[in-house]
Amino acid sequence: MSLSTRAQHSAVEAPPGMPSRLDGELLEVSMGPQHPSTHGVFRMNVALEGEVVRRLKPVFGYLHRNHEKIGENTSYLGSMPYTDRLDYICSMSNNWGYALSVEKLAGIEVPERAEYLRVILAELTRLVNHASLLGFLLSDMGAWGTPLMYAFRERENILDLFESLSGSRMMCDYMRFGGCRCDLPPGWMERARKVVDGFPHFLDEFEQLITGNEILIARTQEVGKLSAELAISAGITGPGLRASGVNYDLRKVDGYGFYPRFKFRVPLGEHGDCYDRLMMRVLELRETLGILRQAMDDLPAGPIMNPKVKIRAFKPPVGEAYGRIEAPKGELGFYLISDGSGNPYRYRVRPPSLINLTVLEDMCLGHTVADVMVILGSIDIVMGEVDR
Amino acid sequence: MEALDEIKVRIEAAIPGARLEIIPNPGPANQSSLLLDHAHASTVARFLRDDPALRLDYCSNVTGVDWLERTVKKKVKVKKVVEGEEKELEETREEIFSGYLEAVYHLYSMAHKHGPLVVRLRTRDRAEGAHLPSLTPVWRSAEFQEREIYDLYGIHFDGHPDLRRILMWDEFTDHPMRKDYREPDDYEYEPTPHDDVLEKAKQHYVPRPAQDGTANIAAQ
Repeated sequence: MSLSTRAQHSAVEAPPGMPSRLDGELLEVSMGPQHPSTHGVFRMNVALEGEVVRRLKPVFGYLHRNHEKIGENTSYLGSMPYTDRLDYICSMSNNWGYALSVEKLAGIEVPERAEYLRVILAELTRLVNHASLLGFLLSDMGAWGTPLMYAFRERENILDLFESLSGSRMMCDYMRFGGCRCDLPPGWMERARKVVDGFPHFLDEFEQLITGNEILIARTQEVGKLSAELAISAGITGPGLRASGVNYDLRKVDGYGFYPRFKFRVPLGEHGDCYDRLMMRVLELRETLGILRQAMDDLPAGPIMNPKVKIRAFKPPVGEAYGRIEAPKGELGFYLISDGSGNPYRYRVRPPSLINLTVLEDMCLGHTVADVMVILGSIDIVMGEVDR
Repeated sequence: MEALDEIKVRIEAAIPGARLEIIPNPGPANQSSLLLDHAHASTVARFLRDDPALRLDYCSNVTGVDWLERTVKKKVKVKKVVEGEEKELEETREEIFSGYLEAVYHLYSMAHKHGPLVVRLRTRDRAEGAHLPSLTPVWRSAEFQEREIYDLYGIHFDGHPDLRRILMWDEFTDHPMRKDYREPDDYEYEPTPHDDVLEKAKQHYVPRPAQDGTANIAAQ
């Protein structure tokens, strides 16, 4: 903009409710959907005053394929592999959430060994998710490549474990109503133990890299603060909620699976800023390693499927159920209504990624446009789940 | 948490005029729900959120359900006088339940760590422009989820701060999650000037039935 037009516009009043710091002019910027830092096809319509964000409207739907309608038109089992594609980084957790809801709907018991396997796999998924999130987040902040490759090195080991167990690295499709699809292959547990024992080394190295880093502290502390009241009202779940100091972890609250049998602590933040959200992941990783060690030590022998369940011609009784688990990104819920036929009358996914974005605008207002990427990264979204 | 009927009694005592109904859930999950009336929905919601014993401060899941009009055939035994003799006969009667759209809210308490309490709202019919009161002013987490219901089911939420389509594009007209939705032949159809040309070209052709005389045959 030339100097002369600027002089002309300086007489224009700022829009109501927007204190003017420059000349009251807002610049509309459309960030995304093809942006390397939006973690997928996500768009934000941002109004900037200079570099400061004054308004932010997220735009969704670029990856929408009406997952729920497809779920209503297919059998109960048919939706299981499709849940892998929701949050494609954590397919094991999605499987568990869906299996848990169907088990609630039909009142199915799960054998002990299967519950232990589910805990082990869901916690390995948490390692994958949090490690790669830390890598992505640092990548967004300009630590290009190196931390991400460190994180992906660890992720690779765990994906190898998933592959040898389920046949697929990311789209595992492993759990079934009333158990798991197949038992562990020989030697799997030894390899898993090796991965878990090697993980603290990565974590120490990573933490050295980030916690004391001056640039990281400057970019994340006091950025994107979220108060506990707003977080509760807006339904934020997962590490984002606990970073604001609210003690709410479904593994403790609902005690689903066999989580009450394991000793672990729930890390809590204090300030609710990006730094706390980031550290929450690091601390949760350490607790997750503890759960994994306990579960691997106690894993009992026995069947992995409830023999009474007919998973193929599966027809649950008339009724409805809402089941939820603590997925790495927050509360993942499935709401099912059965009319007694072979496919659900209503199949609803409660996506943590979408609902955690409710307060994105509140967190970004007043920060610079470069901070938006950090705040978005610290919320941790996957578009497969946001748009469904 | 207290039982649902106790909560119902307490709400009715606290909010005079509120009409509530318990919708039983026959399944093993045993999550029965509470049907609210439109006029008192947001007052009841505020009561559920602020009541010190309940403190349902966290609205986890909000979703829509489409219930089509359905006829249920029932066999009823009727006593009738046939040829001077009283006989018991079986008759099939059809009962028609009118269709409606439904919004379902799953409420939990982060303060007391209990839940869920399932709350339902029902529209009068399935017509375009069905209305429900919005609960977004009570629980902010309903904001995107009510928008999604508006988008996919076509329920208008009165009092919602920003009711727009969220997943489908703005120009889209139908509501894909409705049970009677029929998908268009061409999703990415956009009107172009060429369509006008085609429309004009059609008018130059004589309609086919008049040409081969089928219209006359049908008239006879």
